[in-house]
Amino acid sequence: MKRVALIGMPNVGKSTLFNRLTGSHVKAGNWPGITVDLYSAKLLLGADIVELVDLPGVYDLRGHTEDQAVVSTFIARNRVDLMLVVINASQIERQLRLVSSLAPLGVPLVLILNMADEAAALGIRIECEKLSSRMGMPVCMVSAKRGHGLEQLRTLIRTSLQEPLQPPRADIDERALDAAAHACVFVPAQATHAQTEKLDRVLLHPWLGLPIFFGVMFLLFEAIFWVGKPIQDAMSWFFDTLRNVALVPLASGLPEMVRGLLFDGLYSGLATVASFVPLIILFFLCMALVEDTGYLSRAAFLMDALMSKFGMDGRSFVMILMGFGCNVPALMGTRVMRSRGLRLLTMLVIPLSLCSARLQVFLFFIAALFPTRTAPLVLFSLYLMSIAAAMLTSLVFKRRFSNNDALVLEMPPYRLPTLSQVILRGWHEVMHFLRRATRFIVAGVVLVWVLTHFPIGAAPASAQTWAGQLGAFLNPVLSPLGIDPQLTIALIFGFVAKEIVIGSLAVIYARDGGALLSALADHINWIQAYSFMLFTLIYTPCLSTIATIRTEAKNRAYTVFAVVWPLALAWVVSFVFYQTAISI
Amino acid sequence: MRTLDSLTTGERAIIRTLEVSEDLAYCLSAFGFRIGKTVQLIRRARFAGPLHIRIDTTDLMLRACDARCIEVQRQPA
Repeated sequence: MKRVALIGMPNVGKSTLFNRLTGSHVKAGNWPGITVDLYSAKLLLGADIVELVDLPGVYDLRGHTEDQAVVSTFIARNRVDLMLVVINASQIERQLRLVSSLAPLGVPLVLILNMADEAAALGIRIECEKLSSRMGMPVCMVSAKRGHGLEQLRTLIRTSLQEPLQPPRADIDERALDAAAHACVFVPAQATHAQTEKLDRVLLHPWLGLPIFFGVMFLLFEAIFWVGKPIQDAMSWFFDTLRNVALVPLASGLPEMVRGLLFDGLYSGLATVASFVPLIILFFLCMALVEDTGYLSRAAFLMDALMSKFGMDGRSFVMILMGFGCNVPALMGTRVMRSRGLRLLTMLVIPLSLCSARLQVFLFFIAALFPTRTAPLVLFSLYLMSIAAAMLTSLVFKRRFSNNDALVLEMPPYRLPTLSQVILRGWHEVMHFLRRATRFIVAGVVLVWVLTHFPIGAAPASAQTWAGQLGAFLNPVLSPLGIDPQLTIALIFGFVAKEIVIGSLAVIYARDGGALLSALADHINWIQAYSFMLFTLIYTPCLSTIATIRTEAKNRAYTVFAVVWPLALAWVVSFVFYQTAISI
Repeated sequence: MRTLDSLTTGERAIIRTLEVSEDLAYCLSAFGFRIGKTVQLIRRARFAGPLHIRIDTTDLMLRACDARCIEVQRQPA
């Protein structure tokens, strides 16, 4: 099977084009360097199937970032029959230079001028045929976002593979490329994005910029609650009813032990987690919208001065924000950083971001112990705590991991993503979350059930069970934080993945849905709940995060440190909060 | 000769020299920073934050400390 690679600078719409060509669900964000894994897909062209690979965005192949290493390694180790060089049609002159990095590889190239619609709106005129003959390679204009020019591109890829093209001259130099751009591309003197300029005047306002940014974020959280809460309540009701009306009578013939495992273990765990899925979906849709518009690089601009005080830069801020979705891709996103110190510091801080799995735990505790009116405020305070923990960590360690990297970051024009783009993106994230969550949750809740029901004869979830013994063993450490033995067990499982925490509580209290909420409210007060949430927020997010830190940092001592520090910090913060709150 | 960080908001200038590390030079070149190119300072972030710079149709941010390594000449009106 022939292999075709998509290559280009960050933020030229490569991933969007990839999605368009393959129909598969790959991440496509309006943020430089978002595609950190190599996605590939089979593409049917006429009667042939070819493999299309989406490479990370790189400015050239001569630098020393991890992304450049990924691309160079891929090209060196894998046969590539054709490379599609994707270029932003509004920035041909500067981006064409990538070709001089690629020409020595000896692979035939096709030049794709993407965002043709934006270029046309700016009044940029491109003579494609002339450019093609000067460059010695086919040139194709497309708009991946709008789906224009794709049929033509498919035909071009097919014919280029059937009658193999000549690779470009290896010695094609930058001067020749500049001359080609000058001769074939006509840019009006005042080619600016008028709408973006207007928006920037407000969103990047020296004094209002930051308050607006945090205001937008706060409103999004409010909206998620406002829309999501009724749906979540309906889901809880549905699962309760399904269990009581249909499933319990159906399983009446089974032995009690099996029924216990099925209902108090699996069903309670899964149903409780499933009722939170609508909120998670809304969260991801909102994040996808913010990311695809280009607002995140403005956040980097606004926050850079502050971040530099903490030894990081605007990119670190954006990665931390990405971490609010899931820490794992955010950790991988640090590959664009050249400075090792900056990268390690950012990777130490990212796991403190309140990710969606923790969000689910907090939504549950907040629903159980706080009135709906104060709920968004409590959640917002946790987000602020998450940021405060990150700031503290970086202040303490900024000298240890010093940063000497320059910050050069594109500020793309604001783009309104199409509805399908946002939904596709949100869907991709949700599926990723669910795949991970279900695997962990099923194994986790079964394990919790076993630990809380054995040895045989012990009353479920009592002090005599294995879980009870484990909780009692750790109790001296956690009771000063107001965390009781039951919650201790939940925390232990939370070390594996936060997705298990609520499921395990459902098993420990042998209740689900609304009944679990009231059981929790009977057992603990709001101070204990907040202390528990603080601990959950700061200590190790999950095993996947640790594994990612290990593979990205390639250093065992650093990985151990990245586990121990948050654990110690979590204990101290919860201790201070709990002891202060109960003494007032 | 003036450096890029000394431009006033809205001012345009022509790049004369780039005295930066090799790595940064590749990176800047990919963003269009080349000798003879016209750059414009769009705005500065508060608290000595980064500069918002425009080269042709590309907008980007750059810290003042890095902009100090780029010498520019005022563009004749």
